Amino acid sequence: MRTMKKLYTLLALICFVGTAWAQTPKGDVLIKNGTVLTITNGTLVETDVLVRDGKIAKIGKGLRTPRGVQEIDATGKFVMPGIIDAHSHLAGSAINEGTSQVTAEVSMEDVVDPMDVGIYRALAGGVTSIHLMHGSANVIGGQNETMKLRYGTTNPDDLRFEGAPRTIKFALGENPTRGGRARGIQPQSRMGVEMMLRNSFTQAQEYKREWDAYNADKNARKVAPEYDLRMETLVDILEGEVWVNCHSYRADEIYMLMKVFSDFGIDRINFQHANEAYKVAPELAAFGATASVFADWWAYKLEVYYSTAYNAAILTENGVLTSINSDDAELIRHLFHEAAKTQKYGDLSDDQALALVTLNPAKQLGIDDRVGSIEEGKDADIAIFQGHPLSTYAIPMMTFVDGVKYFDREADKSDQRIYVNPESSIEEVTVFNREDMHKCMEGALTFEELFSTSKR
Amino acid sequence: MKVLRSLLMATLIVMMVPLLSFGQEDDQVLKARGGKFALTNAKIFTVTNGIIENGTLLINNGVIEAVGANVNIPADAEVIDCNGKEIYPGMIDSGTRVGLAEIGSISEANDYREHGTLTPQMQALSAVNPNSTVIPVTRVSGVTTVWTMPSGGPLPGTAASINLFGYTPDQMAAGSKGIVMNFPSSPTGWRARRMTDEQKAKAKERAFKTINDAWDKAELYEELENLSSYPEIEALVPVVTGEMALFIEVNAASDILAAIDWVKERGYEKVVLTGVAEGWRVAEEIAESGLPVVAGPVQALPTRQSDRYDAAYANPGVMQKAGVKVAIRTMDAENTRNLPYHAAFAAAYGMGREEALKAITINAAEILGVSDQIGSIEVGKKANVFVATGDPFETATKITDLFIDGYKVPMTSRQIRLYDEFLNRTPGVDKTKPVIDIKKK
Repeated sequence: MRTMKKLYTLLALICFVGTAWAQTPKGDVLIKNGTVLTITNGTLVETDVLVRDGKIAKIGKGLRTPRGVQEIDATGKFVMPGIIDAHSHLAGSAINEGTSQVTAEVSMEDVVDPMDVGIYRALAGGVTSIHLMHGSANVIGGQNETMKLRYGTTNPDDLRFEGAPRTIKFALGENPTRGGRARGIQPQSRMGVEMMLRNSFTQAQEYKREWDAYNADKNARKVAPEYDLRMETLVDILEGEVWVNCHSYRADEIYMLMKVFSDFGIDRINFQHANEAYKVAPELAAFGATASVFADWWAYKLEVYYSTAYNAAILTENGVLTSINSDDAELIRHLFHEAAKTQKYGDLSDDQALALVTLNPAKQLGIDDRVGSIEEGKDADIAIFQGHPLSTYAIPMMTFVDGVKYFDREADKSDQRIYVNPESSIEEVTVFNREDMHKCMEGALTFEELFSTSKR
Repeated sequence: MKVLRSLLMATLIVMMVPLLSFGQEDDQVLKARGGKFALTNAKIFTVTNGIIENGTLLINNGVIEAVGANVNIPADAEVIDCNGKEIYPGMIDSGTRVGLAEIGSISEANDYREHGTLTPQMQALSAVNPNSTVIPVTRVSGVTTVWTMPSGGPLPGTAASINLFGYTPDQMAAGSKGIVMNFPSSPTGWRARRMTDEQKAKAKERAFKTINDAWDKAELYEELENLSSYPEIEALVPVVTGEMALFIEVNAASDILAAIDWVKERGYEKVVLTGVAEGWRVAEEIAESGLPVVAGPVQALPTRQSDRYDAAYANPGVMQKAGVKVAIRTMDAENTRNLPYHAAFAAAYGMGREEALKAITINAAEILGVSDQIGSIEVGKKANVFVATGDPFETATKITDLFIDGYKVPMTSRQIRLYDEFLNRTPGVDKTKPVIDIKKK
């Protein structure tokens, strides 16, 4: 472990130097006279928000405009914290490492495509941060990347959410068992999924014991155990340094994971999708587990057939910290509207509904000290709306990350691509089809296709 | 006095118990009711004859018997006070798979795609499952009628309009059918990625030959007599004779123009363009052609990477402003309930609320050929209406009453019953002992 620590220190140093070199822009702006939906401190009418050097410096009425600071008139408009999507695959140039049922060693940070025009389109929906997730093809998938949508850069590192906790993707149910069936290996059932988890963590405990023994050994001629990045990551999960975000649907598998985690002393978990979480809401609340769900998606597979659009409201009313996510390049553009659906399905208050796409996902990702509400000292990740964001007629007008304006509807150009493939003479016309949009299995499906071809 | 008061309270509580548990009892059967209903004191959006403030809507024997500010309420009518509420004609989704698709990933639970290249004789209506869980989930959101359509090859089948209440397909049938045709286009998606440009062009050419051969035969079949059975060609004849509409699915701008030319050349009377994702690029040409359009989904990504982010949101409005008659569809199955929100996005991004409302009521009814029956609140039309607490385009609005074919349909669905059961689950968690004990390391 000590060697690892050294390596980490070195890595941290490189990262630090890296960030020092690649300083992302920070803005100064005064957003004047808007209706400010703070999330943590109610709604403030005719209020100004002053941003200095990328941070919210002051919130108040009739603030003086410091010299050199741009003023934005938000009269009649709504100012809210930038929307955070706790489940996205935007900017991921690969989604699934499906070659093994455990791939904890891989990380989405290696496949970030900053030129994905989807980033701009998400900004145009008031989104400022996303949790770029690995797919759900395997039980223990790769590590995720929490990002800020600083569109316009060609450097993937510029999108990094500095200091965000590390997270990893797990997956239960139909997706990993489908992979098992396609390849004739375990798991092919929810029983197998549980055992794969238990075996993996047991292995990780043994790995750690070996390294602990090695590190404690004073013998100069000791031989180091084999270094294994996969096991290192699993050890980090056991030690609470990597937070699990688990793709899950059915209540039984959600309950199963809580039991497995309790046996291994892991107390932090965010269930992703979790369409049936409402059935075990009291258990989730008692465990302290959280959930990131769809507003109303269901019936696209058997394990989401017994869903209810009241899921987010039931969870919230039962005391489970809940967010609403998109997992989709289109849905991410109107998460405010998805959150608003909890007023139809469960009568959540405005603040409760808005928190589902701001403060709550920020808490789940461990970035709520920086974003998720409009508070002095927080990052100036802000969206300005024409119309209340919970109205279906609402139109996002401007989006700021670190006080820098990345989207302005009035200044929107038709073509917002950063990169145009020089080889493509005719631009492809892709007709939007919701059925093709389930990115979670992207790559994994291709793998299955390849596999079935090779069998033939 | 105190005793009396507590006695009164006790009586009240006892009386309220059955009310409170309504809809939650296992043995409770919720059935639709027919009869005579007077919906009073409502703001009535007729769609075709303006808004009636403080109006009454009288439903009798399945139809709208009277509507207005001064309507005599028959003594035997069940009065539903709609004070502070709004009444709308039931919303119509002009493109869905409702009743045909139950669970997306399970092929056995999907009946909208038949094997074969030419299958226009396949009847969506026959495969509609009246007991689909999707149906109640959809109608409690105010969507009372949908166009349910097959998809697949060049001529995948015959679509039908259905009301979302009834126990057999015939009870649900809203009175119109149409032939679906996928207009030849360049292949896209993952299959296309493995094709050369030449292969794509050839595929498109083949598709053209397939449809043209079929329509040539249909025209010939119509002219000749005493022919042997030829189901797939016979199915096309009503389009040739102008008795049935042809719904052409077409999306890329160049394909839309080609489709307009194709229709002109063929001279078929009733033709509708559907999808029309790039309609905004050629809106003037569509308007000039006089062809109506079923647009959507609205909550969709642009068709090209270089397009403005809001192209799909703005598309229906651009076409409507150019003079095209536009209906809106979700092209969904389980989330057809989101139709009002697709319309709301179109409204916000240029179409305006009034036109967007038309696009999911009267325009849809006209395009689907059922406007003599539904699509607006008019005397003599079928009583497909709903009562809402406000603007149904807003998510905070609740729909409180629903009528289809004059039946008062219960405001329940499996999703609502799950909410009732699980909001405060019994048993919950025993707070005295941890259910799942975290073993602290």
